[in-house]
Amino acid sequence: MTDASAPKPSSLTPSPENRPRLAPGCRLGENAQQLRVLQMPERALRLNGPSLEIVQRCDGKRTVREIITELQKIYSKADPLKVEQDILGYLALLHEQGALDFE
Amino acid sequence: MNAPAAGPLALIAELTHRCPLHCVYCSNPKELTLRGRELPTSAWVRVLSEAAELGVMQADFTGGEPLARPDLVEIIRAARGAGLYASLITSGLPLDEKRLEEIVGAGLDHLQLSFQGAEEASAAEFSGTHSHAQKLRVAEWVKRHRIGLTLNFVVHRGNLHQLEEMIALAERIGPQRVEFAHVQYYGWAFANRERLLPTREQLDRSLEILKKAEERLRGRIRVEFVVPDYYSKFPKACMGGWGRKVMLIAPGGDAMPCHAANVLPGMTFENVQARTLRQIWEESEAFCKFRGEEWMQEPCRSCDRRAVDFGGCRCQALLLAQDAAATDPVCSLSPKRGIVDAIVAEANAAPVAIASKAEWIYRPNPASSSVE
Repeated sequence: MTDASAPKPSSLTPSPENRPRLAPGCRLGENAQQLRVLQMPERALRLNGPSLEIVQRCDGKRTVREIITELQKIYSKADPLKVEQDILGYLALLHEQGALDFE
Repeated sequence: MNAPAAGPLALIAELTHRCPLHCVYCSNPKELTLRGRELPTSAWVRVLSEAAELGVMQADFTGGEPLARPDLVEIIRAARGAGLYASLITSGLPLDEKRLEEIVGAGLDHLQLSFQGAEEASAAEFSGTHSHAQKLRVAEWVKRHRIGLTLNFVVHRGNLHQLEEMIALAERIGPQRVEFAHVQYYGWAFANRERLLPTREQLDRSLEILKKAEERLRGRIRVEFVVPDYYSKFPKACMGGWGRKVMLIAPGGDAMPCHAANVLPGMTFENVQARTLRQIWEESEAFCKFRGEEWMQEPCRSCDRRAVDFGGCRCQALLLAQDAAATDPVCSLSPKRGIVDAIVAEANAAPVAIASKAEWIYRPNPASSSVE
């Protein structure tokens, strides 16, 4: 990544070949009022739009590269590089919070 | 009538008050529910289904020791069947590999294992039971399953000097999450407060150690810390606000806004065997009493933080200021903060001595006829 605005790569950023999967104790949940959240031990993250699209694809089967390609199609009006950076940043954040394993 | 804006998101299910441990800081009320008055399985199954309809997403099974219920597997299965995230808060006694397998098979998402110290001797002093070795075994068994594991170390004046050993122990076990939860001063802990409240120096040192551990373990183990609120500038947002996010069901079926609410005078609780969860949540006097802002006194009433901490804890206001509707006295803006300052000053003047076992007030087991 050479773009100056790109997030700083860290050990928490996944590689394109990783297959992100929800960590033990984490589940994509929905309640009677159709509220969608990523449930984690002692906390939950509200999901909507892109964050929900990303988490739904963290199934341990799709690679990071595949997730990026699929989201770039869904958000075809957005800058593809920006979509990629946002996804990598979000996956790193979820990994840091213990919600994702990179397999 | 203080109607809620939404349904609760979490249900705390206190399945029983029976417990093999006798912790000197137990959060259970001083009047424990007897085994014969506990809700039957069918009532819990119905409660969990009503909770899901009301919008609840997570059920925390606690006690006492929830493993004391022979029907725990059925109850967890019912929670998952209703679509709830199921979390078990346990001491790990009595448990063997086979029963754990059944519990995981029923759909358990997360297990929180409590620790009373870094090694057997001190853990036994604070819990009145030898349980440390069993906890280490349970942690190993849990790790063979794909469920979340949190280690919860209860910390206080008497064991903060072991903090580094506790962190090392957590690192060896390797859970997803480790919590260092400072004792909160209600019930049994209020009775033992003098021997549990740390000094400022102990607290500062512990925060330094924890900050380093958090940094070092980032991405591997999530480190969290609950500070003793007597040292805080502002009160905690107790239960995320009264009747706002959480409903607690006591072993006998009384629905309560928090663990300790039965210390509040004149408060009556409705029972899940008489009314639905929705009726209790929306209409019961107990849930409406301190919901919203109308009950607030000054300085809360006009304070910018009233939607941040909701006036703090009602039970603490009662215990320290003898007025359940007062601003939580730990708040630096409270006219009663002097009460807390005096307690803290006393804690800092006294030497950090290890209390002798005879000085502790141990919580009994309601199932047994005598206290160990």
